[in-house]
Amino acid sequence: MARPVQYNTNVKMVEIPEGYSGEGFYATSFDKAIGLARKNSIWPLPFATSCCGIEFMATMAATYDLARFGAERMAFTPRQCDLLMVMGTISKKMGPIVRQVYLQMAEPRWVMAVGACACSGGIFDTYSVLQGIDQVIPVDVYVPGCPPRPEGIIDGFMKIQQLVGNESLRRRNSDRYKELMESYGIK
Amino acid sequence: MSLTNERIQQRLTEKFGDVLTGFEEPFGMLTFTAQKDYNLKVMQFLFDDEELRFRFLTDITAVHYPERKGEELCVVYHLHNFVDNVRLRLKVYTPVAAPKVFTATSLYESANWMERETYDFFGVDFVGHPNLIRVLNVDEMTYFPMRKEFPLEDPMRTDKDDEMFGRGGHF
Repeated sequence: MARPVQYNTNVKMVEIPEGYSGEGFYATSFDKAIGLARKNSIWPLPFATSCCGIEFMATMAATYDLARFGAERMAFTPRQCDLLMVMGTISKKMGPIVRQVYLQMAEPRWVMAVGACACSGGIFDTYSVLQGIDQVIPVDVYVPGCPPRPEGIIDGFMKIQQLVGNESLRRRNSDRYKELMESYGIK
Repeated sequence: MSLTNERIQQRLTEKFGDVLTGFEEPFGMLTFTAQKDYNLKVMQFLFDDEELRFRFLTDITAVHYPERKGEELCVVYHLHNFVDNVRLRLKVYTPVAAPKVFTATSLYESANWMERETYDFFGVDFVGHPNLIRVLNVDEMTYFPMRKEFPLEDPMRTDKDDEMFGRGGHF
């Protein structure tokens, strides 16, 4: 007699990282295990200032459902967040605030510039707008578009996931990374 | 009898004579120019006079006329008489090299922020203002963005076209 319970057979599982397994144990490198854990539980800090923020709300909502990627916990606080998503025009007056939020986040942290304004100032080629947030903080992924569709934001998010999953644990201690931080005046 | 523009002009010329010039009425709003040093005296008279009663300052801003040598910056005051519902416009010209104009903050409290904004964008130095610092732009800004001293954008630029933003061009 068939069991009355229907099991969902479409559950997608993350692939097990490369490693060595035997009777009752499994050994892999820290890099891979931690990368796997980090990349599937990225906690974003949405810094939404304008239209791209609205587009991001659509990304968070049911149709696109950013929570699928383990990004369930959005927080408007630097505590415990690893991904700063800057969405919208950042004026020169807002620049120091973005930078302060970035500085308050703990390492490891990633930054995603969403939309033309955050990437390059966009159409606002004026005296009051910062021509790209990479003038004040380092950026990992740029999402083009004005505004980008939710698919674009998700694509950017998956690019971030790739970066996070493949990052070596020592990258943040490397000389090159320190050089990058120093070029932004971050100690 | 309501207050007419002719009556205001008559009262002002009786009081100030040659100090005020260029009376005109674009769209029915009395507009005239005062000598730079008399702006406070004129406004004080308009404020105190029991017939005129211009006791509300609607707006202060400035205009930059690069071609007018010696009087490049024009500070424009909009005054409002609430009792008779009459408005007027007072202009004061000042050279861009030393744009010093007396502050109206002692007369109208609201002039404080308006003059800060005018300083922020045009660089008009309001003498006697209690706190003349930028109000909208960043403090580090070294220029006055609304002055017409910046080259226009190159019309042949393509890096900010619609196509760069995924719009238009292709259907």
